[in-house]
This record gives sequence, structure tokens and C-alpha cells, in this order.
Amino acid sequence: MGTTVAEIKDIKKSFGSNNVLAGLNLKVESGENLVVFGKSGSGKSVLIKCLVGLLEPDEGTAILFGENVSELKERELNLVRKKVGFLFQSAALYDSMTVRENLEFPLRDLKPKTNEETDALIIEALTNVGLADAIDKMPSELSGGMRKRVGLARTLILKPELILYDEPTTGLDPITSKEISHLILDIQKKYNTASIIITHDVECARITSNRMIIIKNGTAIAEGTFKELAESTDEWVRSFFK
Amino acid sequence: MPTGLENKSETVAVSSSAYFLKPVKAFFEEVTAITRFAFRFFKELFMPRYELKELIRQSYLLGYKSLPLIAVTGFIMGIVLIIQSRPTLASFGAESWLPAMVSVSIIREMGPAIAALIFAGKVGSGIAAELASMKVTEQIDAMEVSGINPFKYIVVTRIIAATIMLPVLVILSDAISLYGGFLAVNLKGDISLHLYFSQVFQALAFTDIFPAFIKTIFFGFAVGLIGCYYGYNSAHGTEGVGKAANQSFVYGSISIFVLDMMAVQITSFFI
Ligand SMILES: Nc1ncnc2c1ncn2[C@@H]1O[C@H](COP(=O)(O)OP(=O)(O)OP(=O)(O)O)[C@@H](O)[C@H]1O
Ligand SMILES: [Mg+2]
Repeated sequence: MGTTVAEIKDIKKSFGSNNVLAGLNLKVESGENLVVFGKSGSGKSVLIKCLVGLLEPDEGTAILFGENVSELKERELNLVRKKVGFLFQSAALYDSMTVRENLEFPLRDLKPKTNEETDALIIEALTNVGLADAIDKMPSELSGGMRKRVGLARTLILKPELILYDEPTTGLDPITSKEISHLILDIQKKYNTASIIITHDVECARITSNRMIIIKNGTAIAEGTFKELAESTDEWVRSFFK
Repeated sequence: MPTGLENKSETVAVSSSAYFLKPVKAFFEEVTAITRFAFRFFKELFMPRYELKELIRQSYLLGYKSLPLIAVTGFIMGIVLIIQSRPTLASFGAESWLPAMVSVSIIREMGPAIAALIFAGKVGSGIAAELASMKVTEQIDAMEVSGINPFKYIVVTRIIAATIMLPVLVILSDAISLYGGFLAVNLKGDISLHLYFSQVFQALAFTDIFPAFIKTIFFGFAVGLIGCYYGYNSAHGTEGVGKAANQSFVYGSISIFVLDMMAVQITSFFI
């Protein structure tokens, strides 16, 4: 493991009286898959949104590739964001665009590419998730699992150095879940990307994780490898793995 | 011995003044926020990149979506106006003034106001609902993290499209209303299309047409701005979508009336 790609220092965030994050710390090294576990509503999505500056933390700092996110100007932030892929929990496909246009969209600011090159990238990304034949469909014609896979393809198309997966396998059948988990692992190997993987899926965590943290009451209460946490002496921690 | 009664009357006094002050304060805060949103629009309007393709697509969609409704109401308005005014004018023996009368009222006021209100109901609340649901489904966040400015792509294009399309729609609706008026005049009379329109245009001066056209540009801008504001800033969760649509219609229509009133004042100042 090499340099630190992303770091969160003492982040606090509340919405009104709802204290979601209460001084959370984490670090991701390059080439590492970090799995984040936590109950529904524990602030996992809020955490990664703070990391990329979609939400402003009340306190604490988020650091991406050595840059303090809250101090960056819009242009600098956009440059950093191009190196980060974000798979949204709801897939967040643009409903007014076809699958092809969805995948083209993140590419449009890059150095001018010929149509053939763009097409090749789109087809490569869709083939990776096994959906090459859905290229001309509208998002409303896709099932939940297909939307998620298209979302994943759209995330991968920029070949990001850091990928944030928000529940990549939730709502998918066990077989597809397993395929996606292996895909996440393949991407890590192939492009040496670092990832934060938010999930409830034990199988996904087992396959993909190099390291895991568990969030409770807005802080990371446990940290270790999958094996260490699954054999933890803490009853509450172990309960996640049943 | 304290009975707690005087305490109670005090809270009543406090809460009743709060009862009046709160909405007033909320109103001014809202106006401030919308103004700030408008400033952001003008700031981003002149900075590249220019989303021309999306602008054209939005203009087409907004125009196409509201044209049928605006055309039908315009047509009916022309007919109704003639039928309603005929008895009054007839009692003065001034039936031949019918074309001149509809033309002035449609071009100056009825056409712009009714088309703008329909536009606020159909397009303004549509924009608000669309943006709010894009927000709920994290599409706006997704754009932002892929390094694309969602304000420019989504908001700027829609506000410009609304500003351009409403005047176009008003011109079409005015023409259709006048044609409706022609049919209605002919229900009980006989006038050729040529004569009708020459009377219509004779009644109109530059000072009828020009201010009416300018104000529709402002109406379109207001509808687009308010629709985008309520959609883009909608609350977390699905119930935010309905609320955004509703608020954008309410405030959109109010702003049309306020702008209309200002337009009358300004126009009468110059003429
Ligand atoms: N923009 C927001 N405004 C207000 N409250 C919010 C906002 N975003 C999240 N919350 C609240 O923060 C809390 C944590 O939300 P978050 O989405 O991070 O949970 P999560 O851990 O991702 O849960 P899940 O596993 O169900 O996705 C929730 O109580 C949620 O209602
Ligand atoms: Mg979540």
C-alpha cells in the first residue's frame, strides 16, 4: 500500500437536531478497498458525500489526493472530482437521457475524442457490467438491478483513481451481487484503484475488502480485516456478519 | 402568589406578534434568496461553457408542452371576448368597433397575462417538479461529482428557454385569439377576414405592441427563475417534489401580476 488517497478527519455533520456524524475518521491508501459497514441511517451516504464536497461538514476536514476539499475553488474541485468515481445508492441515472447518453455525459469535458473512440469506451464499460445490449434504452425501461449496473458503468468510464461505491449490491439477486463484487475486485486489480465500498452485504465485504470499518453513532467503532471483525469479541460487531 | 396567568397572557402576546412577523420575515427571506439565485444565473450566464444543445432541447420542450393549452385558451378567449362585449357595444350602435376593441384588450393585456399564467402552471411547476425529482434521485449530485456544473446545465438553460419561449407563445396565442374573435364577429354579422384584420391593426399602435412584448419577456424569465429556484432548492425527500411544484405555481403567478402592475405603471409614465 502506498500513499493516502482520501482522508476524513474528525468530521461532524448534523441535520437540525439529528447528529449524523460525530467526529469520524478514516483513511484510504492507494490501491486499497475499504469497506464501510453500518446500520441503515447511520450516515454512510452522508460520509462519502462530505468526502467529495456534495455536503459541507459542520466540522472537520475531507482530503482528496492531498487537497483539502472545502478550501478548493470550484475549478480545482472539479479537477479533483474527475479522478473520483461515485456510484450512487439510487444509481442516479439521468432519466431524460438514454443509456448511451448517460455514459457519454461524464466524457464530454475531456480532450476531444472521435465518435469511434467514445463508442468503444461506452461499449467497453457496458460490457464490463454485462449490459451491452441496453445501450439505446431509456433508464425508465431498466430494472433496478440494471440501473445499478449502468450506474456502475458510468462510474467506471472515466477510469477513476478512487471509487466510492454506495451499496453496489443492494437490491440485486445473489448471483448478480457476486458478479458485481468480483467486478469491483477486478477493477481494483486491473487499474489499481482505491475504493470505499459501503455495503450491508457480508458476501460483498468478504470478497472485496482489504480492510473494514464499522460505523455506530456517528463514529467508527471498529476497524480491521474482514476476518478480524467477523471473529470480534464484541457481540454487536459480530451481529453484522450473521 | 404567581398564578401563571400573567405568564400565559405574555406568551399569547409574544406568539401573536410572532404570528404576524414570521410570515413577513419568511417572505422577505424568500425574496432575498430568489434574488441571490437570479444573480447567480446572470453570473453563470456569461461564463463558458455554453450549453447550446440543451438550450435548444429545452426551448423545444417548453414550447411544445404548453402550445396546445395556450392555443385552445387563446382561441376561446377571443370568442368569449367578442360575445360578451357585443351587447354593450350594440347598445351604443358601435358594433363595428368590435374588432378594434378585442385587438387592444388581447394584445395589451389578456393575451400576455393568460398565456403567462398557463405557462406558470404548466411549465413553471413542471420545471420545479422535474428539478426536485432530479435532486431526490441524486441526479444533480451525480452531475456535480462528475465535474459538470449542474447549475449551468440544468438551471441556466431552462431559464433562458422560458424567457425566449413565452414571448413566442404569446405572439401565437394573440394571433389565434384574434382569429377566434373573427369567427365570433361572424356569428352575428358579416365581415371579411381582410376587413377584420385591417380594423384590428388600425386600432393598434406601437405603444400597444411593444410594451406588451417586453413584459412577456419578463414574465417568461420570472416563471423560469421561480420554477428553477423551488426545484433546485427543494427539501430532502419525495414530498419536496409536490411542494416545489406548488410553490413555483403560487409564486410564479403572483410575480406575473406584480410585474404586470409595474409594466402598466411604467408604460403609462411614458405615454
Ligand atoms: N440532505 C439531508 N437533509 C436532511 N437529512 C439528511 C440529509 N441527508 C441525510 N439525512 C439524514 O441523515 C441520516 C443518515 O443518512 P444516510 O443516507 O447517510 O444513511 P445511510 O447510512 O446511508 O443509510 P442507508 O443504509 O439506509 O442508505 C438519516 O437520518 C437521513 O435522514
Ligand atoms: Mg445510504
